[in-house]
Amino acid sequence: MLRNLLFVIFTILLMIVLVNAFHKEDNYNLNLEELKHKYALKAIPSVEHSKLPALQKEFKSPQEVTEACISCHTETHKEVMASSHWNWERASYVEGRGISSAGKKNVMNNFCLGTNSNQQSCAKCHIGYGMTSSRFDFNNARNVDCMVCHDNSEEYLKGASMAGYPDRTVNLENVAQSVGSPRKSNCGSCHFFSGGGNNVKHGDLESAQLSCSRDVDVHMGANGMNLECVTCHTAENHQILGKLYSVSTDNTNRATCEQCHTNTPHLSEVLNRHESRVSCQACHIPQYAKVNSTKMSWKWSEAGKLKDGKPYEEDDSLGNHHYMSIKGSFKWERNVKPDYIWFNGTADQYLLGDAIKSIPVKMNTLNGSYHDRSSKIIPVKIHVGDQIYDKVYNRLVQPKLYGETEGDSAFWKDFKWDEAVAAGMKESGLKYSGQYGFVETVMYWPVNHMVSPKEQAVSCAECHTRDNGRLAKLTGFYLPGRDRNVIQDNVGIWAFFLTLAAVLGHAFLRIFVLIRKNKYEKQIISYDEDKPTE
Amino acid sequence: MRKVYIYKGFERFWHWTQASLIMFLAITGFEVHGSYSIFGFEKAAEYHRVASWMLIGLLIFAIFWHLTTGEWRQYIPTTKQLKEQIKFYISGIFKGEHHPTQKSELSKLNPLQRIVYLGFKVILIPLTTTSGILYMLYKTIDQNNLIVVEDYPLSSIAFWHTMGAILLMIFLVVHVYMTTTGKTPTSNINAMITGYEELEDNEEEVENENIQNYETK
Repeated sequence: MLRNLLFVIFTILLMIVLVNAFHKEDNYNLNLEELKHKYALKAIPSVEHSKLPALQKEFKSPQEVTEACISCHTETHKEVMASSHWNWERASYVEGRGISSAGKKNVMNNFCLGTNSNQQSCAKCHIGYGMTSSRFDFNNARNVDCMVCHDNSEEYLKGASMAGYPDRTVNLENVAQSVGSPRKSNCGSCHFFSGGGNNVKHGDLESAQLSCSRDVDVHMGANGMNLECVTCHTAENHQILGKLYSVSTDNTNRATCEQCHTNTPHLSEVLNRHESRVSCQACHIPQYAKVNSTKMSWKWSEAGKLKDGKPYEEDDSLGNHHYMSIKGSFKWERNVKPDYIWFNGTADQYLLGDAIKSIPVKMNTLNGSYHDRSSKIIPVKIHVGDQIYDKVYNRLVQPKLYGETEGDSAFWKDFKWDEAVAAGMKESGLKYSGQYGFVETVMYWPVNHMVSPKEQAVSCAECHTRDNGRLAKLTGFYLPGRDRNVIQDNVGIWAFFLTLAAVLGHAFLRIFVLIRKNKYEKQIISYDEDKPTE
Repeated sequence: MRKVYIYKGFERFWHWTQASLIMFLAITGFEVHGSYSIFGFEKAAEYHRVASWMLIGLLIFAIFWHLTTGEWRQYIPTTKQLKEQIKFYISGIFKGEHHPTQKSELSKLNPLQRIVYLGFKVILIPLTTTSGILYMLYKTIDQNNLIVVEDYPLSSIAFWHTMGAILLMIFLVVHVYMTTTGKTPTSNINAMITGYEELEDNEEEVENENIQNYETK
């Protein structure tokens, strides 16, 4: 019996050993090492601009710098002027709209609303000089701002509300002689501070990434690969790869993880298979806004409160504004777990003039669903809030926010919505009924940066879990470990335990009968126990 | 009575390996299902996958063995004495009656076992393994140029796989209990471990024994 028992134990042990033998720890990922090696070598620039005679002079205006650039790079301005960085719009086919141009010119957002009538201020992030209104001349090459992207001296700075002109303190000679390939600080000068402050809009792009650890951003980390933005967002002929779906619509010319890491980056086949419906970002960006907070909510309806007739600001404990008279109230969050949605790479934006179709108003719609084969689960930052709208025409309106002086009908100076909207809509060429209200809005920001080291990637059980998983809100498909057929489970449990009960009942009855029979036999048969049985 | 070598070496190896694998698959499988947490989802899914391939391998060997040795004939169903066999388990067993059917090397299974094991082999195991393989290969898009199993919804595949698992667990409970209904509570299980079982010689002896029993009373 002992031998038999040992045999059974041995069998079970053998099985466990086999399972462990079949299961291997991750091997050394050669592809990843090759990739690291490839990007460890930084290219040496072929030209030292400080040695060029064309740049050895005193520049009186930034336009003169541009002319100097064009004197050698004779056709490059044409490439730049074909870009959406310059044009603030891009034509594409949009389902339901046809060929449509969208960009900062006409797209509304959930932050400072829109650029129309506010160009003087918004153009701080336009790669040009002198965009004071919608009548900016997009054909004048002299106004292309080469320096904002190519300055390597870290001295260049666009002035506040100067229509895109550099700050008066900037030494243009230094900047012009320093130019080179764009660095994080160049891209970041706009993309980190969009929405009026650091990390306001994106949540995954902020000034901390200029010098952060791998834990914050595995690609940009100073103790990691320390990649530049343009390493991934390559810019053949100044057409920069990658786009953001706050202003973009179609699924072309995107910067993807796969362009370096391929479709099958894992050594585990099961993980690779996830790639068919789950984006890389969904697992590899467990959190965003890892260093500084990002804005999660913006209520314009509360803007305009004054203390003693003057606008004021209130900060929270981390130093983030949670109220500003000029803008309203905000909610900030840090170390945010993303929301998850299905996304197929196409999107639509709320364009100025569009009618409100649903509440909350979707400032951008990211298309996709489980049933769409090309859709994947992506992480998003969902930014909510409310905005001013025209009650009669049932559409969002464009208020004039920025103004040089009081009495210019700008909301940020006068705090009168009526006048601000009337002025903004007039500038935009749209009617305004005079009756305004506030309507809830929502905007979706795909989270693509702040990729964590692989050890910190979202684990299987964070989604494959019955309750409160990361994908708890994403229903309509079967997710193993989360979903089940409840009726089947209940019937199964009942059937199993009823069977067990029946079997045990049967056993007890047998034992009971046996005991009674034994007693009986002992009483009756004991007298002739000597009698041979055979 | 005689001691008979009734279960061959492979048969015992197959039986116990399959039993262990099925139990291990149940433990890991219901964890993947979300019923509890022991190994953690990731490890459970991984172990489940490895063990399932081992089971598939074992099944291939077992099928080969059944066909080549002719042992598959053991499972040809019969209704002869089926009623008696059921009656025995319901009432006879409590009265100390003998099994209505006789076990031998040529007929190891009673009519009830034949039907149940046949169902196990041709319905339950194929249902569970087929749905399991579909589950394992399920991917919803072909960007990886991999086989696509997506026209059949995963919820259905999972339903049938879970169904198989539940039925297997019920089978397990009844099966384990039934092993105790032999000559002694451990004689059947002993036979499956050692291969040897004490069997009655033939019908005549059974009759004799019955008469003796009667006389002693």
